[in-house]
Amino acid sequence: MTDVLNPVGENSTDVPEYPMARAAGCPFDPPPELRTKQEAGPLAKVRLWDGSMPWLVTRYADQRALLADPRVSADITRPGYPSSAPIRPGSSSISFILMDDPEHARLRRMVTAPFTIKRVEAMRPTVQKIVDDLIDDVLAGPKPVDLVEAFALPVPSLVICQLLGVPYSDHDFFQENSKTIIKRDASPDDRTAALSRLAAYLDDLVGAKLENPGDDLLSRLAERVTAGKLSRQAAAQMGVLLLIAGHETTANMIALGTLALLENPDQLAVLRESDDPKLIAGAVEELLRYLHITHNGRRRVALEDIEIAGHVIRAGDGLIMPNDIGNRDPEAFPEPDRLDLTRDARHHVAFGFGVHQCLGQPLARMELQVVYGKLYRRIPTLRLAEDLSQIPFKHDGSVYGVYRLPVTW
Amino acid sequence: MKVTIDQDKCVASGQCVTAAAEVFDQRDEDGIVVLLNANPPVELAADVRQAAVVCPALAITVDE
Ligand code: SF4
Repeated sequence: MTDVLNPVGENSTDVPEYPMARAAGCPFDPPPELRTKQEAGPLAKVRLWDGSMPWLVTRYADQRALLADPRVSADITRPGYPSSAPIRPGSSSISFILMDDPEHARLRRMVTAPFTIKRVEAMRPTVQKIVDDLIDDVLAGPKPVDLVEAFALPVPSLVICQLLGVPYSDHDFFQENSKTIIKRDASPDDRTAALSRLAAYLDDLVGAKLENPGDDLLSRLAERVTAGKLSRQAAAQMGVLLLIAGHETTANMIALGTLALLENPDQLAVLRESDDPKLIAGAVEELLRYLHITHNGRRRVALEDIEIAGHVIRAGDGLIMPNDIGNRDPEAFPEPDRLDLTRDARHHVAFGFGVHQCLGQPLARMELQVVYGKLYRRIPTLRLAEDLSQIPFKHDGSVYGVYRLPVTW
Repeated sequence: MKVTIDQDKCVASGQCVTAAAEVFDQRDEDGIVVLLNANPPVELAADVRQAAVVCPALAITVDE
């Protein structure tokens, strides 16, 4: 039986698994099968780990429209939500990113103040100092060095710790647990255990801030707890979310971006030869578009029947909007597979779109501007210390990047 | 050009400020958008249009 509106039937046996594998030797491009689906049409069915078959939305314009559509829900507890891994309902991993308005908006607005453009710009000198000091250490240390360990991870980690009021000296502990949480093949038990450890740690910290508030985000959340506007558990959960999101993503952008630039020397030269803040800001947007380090797709469930691109998505159908393929849609970005630091890429969907768009994106942008604007000018001869084929990529996580990046100069 | 904003929809992403700081600002306490100039001059038209395009919450409307 063929439904003209939904040409791919539920019984179809050729529904591909999602997420899909990237092609060997092509570490910056989306999986070729995603590309094939995009060329074939705006919607396709995919099969998830649990056998469910949500819609894959392949085109940039449709992804943006659906992510901003109030008839679409981010609530992971709704039937039909295409979850990326087994998650226990009611577990402490359910944060406001997996809720709908008005609760989502109420909680989100409690943590937006440090991410205004003014506040982020006020942090720029601090970030510049962090970046400079770390580059000094790299230059003074032995070579080759693993750029992930020595630079890409410490930069955002130091910044988010300072913003939240988390002691950086505990970074081994929270980086270990955070790695487990975002690892795609971690068992539900391991993931739940790591989450509980982080939640307990943040709960202690919130407790300490209740007694001794400082000038940081956790102290502001502790004040809301005192005022009876937020439970202590919810405050700790927000801390967990921001701590994980704050360093995993930016760290991977720094390392993977550096690798992409080393593989595209003409583009690296653009950054090495300019200190124009506008050019650097544009280069950051293009690297965000080109690299799309969140490769598991944005996930939603339809609340009503929605007609899109001539097809009907039924209420209760799961939706996956992979930003990697959205950012490579030739209709939105001419010659999408070319890394071109001077193009206008500002409208990319690397941070998502709609009310759930990444909360930390102003901070991430600023950090990346400082990093990309400094690193290659201060170490102009930076190069890979191993062959590209030796670099281990993170195919197994919800955040894409490299496990290590051995470099020399 | 006439600009309107919807503060209830705004998610405080600050993208409008990055695109056109002469026209948009954010409240200090929660980052919600504040309109500085509802009738921006023609030199700012392209920036304001970009602000409307990149606003993730579709909280900015531009009437030409
Ligand atoms: S871009 Fe939109 S969501 Fe972001 S601050 Fe401006 S109005 Fe609010």
